[in-house]
Amino acid sequence: MPDKAIVQLKHVDKQYGDNRVVKDLNMEVYEGEFLSILGPSGCGKTTTLRMIAGFEQQSAGSILVEGEAVENKEPFDRNVNTVFQSYALFPHMTVFDNVAFGLKMKRFKKQVIKSEVEQALSLVQLEGFEKRFPSQLSGGQRQRVAIARAIVNKPRVLLLDEPLGALDMKLRKQMQIELKHLQKKLAITFVYVTHDQEEALTMSDRIAVMNGGVLEQIDVPSEIYEHPRTKFVADFIGESNLFEAVVEEIRDESISLSMESGSAVGTGKGFFEKELIYLSVRPEKTKCSAVPVKGFSLQGVVRESIFIGTLLTSIMVLQNEQQIKITTLAGQPSPAVGTTQYLCWAPEDAVLMHSASNDIFSAVENVDLSTFTANK
Amino acid sequence: MRMKLKTSHKLRSKMLPLITMVSPVTLWLTLLIVIPLLYLLVISFASTDASHNIEFSFTFKNYAKLLDPTLLTIYGNSLVVAGLTTVLCVLIGYPFAYIMARTTPFRKTLMMIFLMLPFWTNSIIRLYGWRTLLGTNGYINNILETVGIIKEPLNMLFTREAVILGMIYTLFPFMVLPLHTAIDKLDKNLLEAASDLGARAVRSFFHITLPLTASGIFAGVIMVFIPSLGYFFVSDLLGGGKSQLIGNVIERQFKEAFNWPFGAALSIVLILITLLLVKIYTKAGGNVDELGVV
Amino acid sequence: MNKRRAVKATKKISARIFSGLVFAFLYLPIAIVVLFSFNISKRNILFEGFTLDWYSVMAQNDALLQAFANTLIVASCSTLIATMIGTLTAVGMFRYKFRGKGVIDALLYIPVVIPEIVLGIALLSVFSLCSIPLGLISMIIAHVTFSIPFVVFTVRARLSGYDRSVEEAAMDLGANRKKVFFHITVPILLPGILSGAILAFTLSIDDIIISFFTTGATSTTFPLKVLELVRSGVSPDVYALSTLIILVTFTIVVVSQTFAYKRNKKES
Repeated sequence: MPDKAIVQLKHVDKQYGDNRVVKDLNMEVYEGEFLSILGPSGCGKTTTLRMIAGFEQQSAGSILVEGEAVENKEPFDRNVNTVFQSYALFPHMTVFDNVAFGLKMKRFKKQVIKSEVEQALSLVQLEGFEKRFPSQLSGGQRQRVAIARAIVNKPRVLLLDEPLGALDMKLRKQMQIELKHLQKKLAITFVYVTHDQEEALTMSDRIAVMNGGVLEQIDVPSEIYEHPRTKFVADFIGESNLFEAVVEEIRDESISLSMESGSAVGTGKGFFEKELIYLSVRPEKTKCSAVPVKGFSLQGVVRESIFIGTLLTSIMVLQNEQQIKITTLAGQPSPAVGTTQYLCWAPEDAVLMHSASNDIFSAVENVDLSTFTANK
Repeated sequence: MRMKLKTSHKLRSKMLPLITMVSPVTLWLTLLIVIPLLYLLVISFASTDASHNIEFSFTFKNYAKLLDPTLLTIYGNSLVVAGLTTVLCVLIGYPFAYIMARTTPFRKTLMMIFLMLPFWTNSIIRLYGWRTLLGTNGYINNILETVGIIKEPLNMLFTREAVILGMIYTLFPFMVLPLHTAIDKLDKNLLEAASDLGARAVRSFFHITLPLTASGIFAGVIMVFIPSLGYFFVSDLLGGGKSQLIGNVIERQFKEAFNWPFGAALSIVLILITLLLVKIYTKAGGNVDELGVV
Repeated sequence: MNKRRAVKATKKISARIFSGLVFAFLYLPIAIVVLFSFNISKRNILFEGFTLDWYSVMAQNDALLQAFANTLIVASCSTLIATMIGTLTAVGMFRYKFRGKGVIDALLYIPVVIPEIVLGIALLSVFSLCSIPLGLISMIIAHVTFSIPFVVFTVRARLSGYDRSVEEAAMDLGANRKKVFFHITVPILLPGILSGAILAFTLSIDDIIISFFTTGATSTTFPLKVLELVRSGVSPDVYALSTLIILVTFTIVVVSQTFAYKRNKKES
C-alpha cells in the first residue's frame, strides 16, 4: 500500500538576495513517518523546515500540507507545530500556561484545556511541574515543555529544529529514544532537522540528506548507509574510504577499475568504459591481506592503530600518500603496525558513483591515463 | 604577635584600593546630594525675616500654604500636564521604539543618531522654534489657512496644549530609549512560537510582547513623568502667563519672591510624589537598574 | 500578488511613514532655526529673504559668545572630573564586594530620579549657606554632581562582560594594581568610558534647570543666555550661532559614527 504524502515540496527555491539557499527542492513526507533532514550547517535544512512552518516564504515552487497549498497561510493558520532549537518558552508564563497557550488561542474551554495540558505533561513525564517557570527548569525539562506545548495541539505534522543540540550526550541519547517512542505513540508525522548523522540513523524511518541547498538522497537509513548515491552522502554518512577511479573493463556486473594507487574491483550497473567514477568502501568492509588478491593491486604500510573500546581502527597509507581506514572488532585479527599489506574488499561491498560534473570528464580526456594503470 | 601583623596587613592591602576607588564618589554624593537635600528639608520648616533672610525657626506655615486652593489647582494642573505628556509619549514612543528595534542594524544606528541629534542642540532655541511655528501668524496657521482647513488662525500658543507639546518634544528620547532597550531584548523566537501556536498579530502583542516589554514602559514613564513636573522653562516659553506649573511657582520663590522656605516646602512635596512613583514602580516589578539607561 | 507579501509590504510602508512623521516633528523647529538664521527680517515670524548678515552680527556679539565659551568650559571641566570619579567608582564596585554597595547605589540613583529643579535649589541653598560664590566653579560642581551617576551606569554596563582573568594575567606578569588599572582596565573599558564621558558632556552643554539655579551674574551659559533673550525677543544672530552648533555637532557625530562603523566592519 503506497504511503500517503502529508507534506509535499515541489520545485521549492529560496533565495536571500543573490544567495540561493534552497535549490529546486522536491520532497515528500509520508504520513506517520519519522523523517530526518540531515546535513551540515548552511545546507538549507532549517530554512526548509521554517518554510513548512510558515516563518519563511519560498521564492519559487509550492508547499502542500495535506494537499493544500500553504504559501498564503501564516504560521497560526497551519496545522503544523514547531519545537524550536532554543525552546522559545515564554519566560513570563508558568509551564502550564506555556503548554496551554495554543489551546487558549483556539478558545478551548477551561476544563478541556486543563485535562489536555495535564495529559501532555504526563506524556513528557513532567507531571507536577505546572506552576513552575521556565527559569526554574533544567535544559532537559525545558525541552520537554517545548515538546508538550507543541503536541498538545495535536498537529498533523510536528517540526523539530535540532531540539537536542543543547543537551549533554547522555541526556541526548535518552531523549532520542523517548522522542521515537512518543512519535510512535501519538502517530504524528515528525520532520526532524539535525546535523548529527548518528542521531538521524538511530531515529528515522527515512533520512533526507541535504547539501548546499540540494537534496542529495532521500531513503531509509540502511540504504543511505549501504548505498550512498553521491560522493557527498558517502562522505557525510559514516566513515568511508573514498577513491577516484577509471572504469577499465566491465564483465556483467563486475567492474575492473584503475586508480592512482593501483587496481581494484567493484560491482554496479549503468557505467561505461573509461568513465571516471568514485568508489566508496566502509572501513569495516575494507580488508587487509599479506598476499595480493586477484584483481586488486593496492598496497600500503600500516602506520598506526587506534583502539576505541569495541573497535580497532588501523590507518594504512598507500603509495600515493592516501590514508585508508580499516576497522576490525577488538579481539579479532588485525594488521600489525609497520607491515606492508595488500588492500581488498568484497566487490559487492564497494559503492560506485558517477562523478557529478562534466568538468571532471573533460579533464580526464586530457590526462595521460597511463598514470592510472596498475603498478606492479 | 606575628599573626596579628599578618592579618592587619592583609586587610589593609584589600581595603586600601577599595577605599581609594569608592571614597571620592561617596564623599561627593554625601556632600552634594544628601546634605543639600537634608538642608532643604530643614529650611522647609523655616521662615523668612523682613529682608528675605532665612530665619531658622520651626513652623508648619509653609506646608499650610499648600492647602491654598490656587496652589492645589496648580499642583493638579501640573499632574495633568505631566500625565498627558507621559501617556502621549508612550503612545508615540512605543511604536517608534518597536520599529527601531526591528529594523536592520544599520538603520537602527541611523535612527538612533537622528533621534538624539536634536538633543545635542539647545533646548531653549528649539522650543522657541515651536513658538514661531505655533504663533497666530506662524507657518502652521498660514498653511492651514491657505489650504482652507481653517478660516481663522488657531490660538495654539500659550495654551496648556502647547505646553504638553513642548514637554513631549523635550522628553521624547527619555521614553524611547528604555523602551527600545526592552523591545530589543525580546527574543524573536518567542513571537514565532506564539504564531506557531495560533496567535495572530494582536493577541501575540498583548500576550507576549507587551508583558515582556512592560519594564521598559515603566522605566520610560518614570523618566518622563517626574521631569515634566519640574520643567518650568517649557511652560515659560510656550505657556506664557496662563499655564503656571509647579516648577514655575518654585522657580519664582527662588528668583523673585525670595521665599526660599516656601520653595523648599514645595520641592519636598515634589520629592514625595517622586518617591511614591518609584515605590509603585518597584512594587510593579520595575528594576531600578533600568532607570537612567541612556 | 501573494496576500502575505502584500501584508508585509503594507506594514513596512506604514512603519516608514510613521517614523518619517516622528522625525519631521523632531526636526521641524530645528528647520525653522536654521531657516531663520538666514532671514532678512528681524521679526521671527515669516521668512522674508536670504542674508548672511546675522552670522557676522553673531561673531561680534561678545555676550553671546562669552556665554557659549562658559558652556564649553563648564562642560569640559565637569565631564573630566565626573568621568574620572565615575570610572573609579564603577570599577571599584564591580571588583569588590562590600557592605556599603547598596547605599552607594541608592545615592547614585537620587540625582537621576529626582526632578532637576529640586536638586538645583538644594544646591543653591547649600551654596548660599556656606557662602560659596555663584559662578563657573559652583556650576562645575553642580554639573559633576548630576553627571557622575550616568558615567557610573554607562561604565558598569560595559563591565558586565569584562573578563577579570586579564588583570590576573597582568599581575602574574609583574604589574602592580595601579599599573593594571591604567594599562589594562582603562584601555579595555575605553569605549564605555568614552560613552559615559560623551553622555556627561551632552547633559552638561544643554543643562538648563540646574545651571539656572547655580549660576552667577557673570557666568551665564549659552542656554541660560538664550532663555534670558527669549523674554525680550530673540534676534536672529542667536539662530546663527545655534545653526553653527547644529552643523558642528552633526559633523562630529557623523564622522565618529562612520569610524565606529568601519572599525566594527573590520573586526567582524
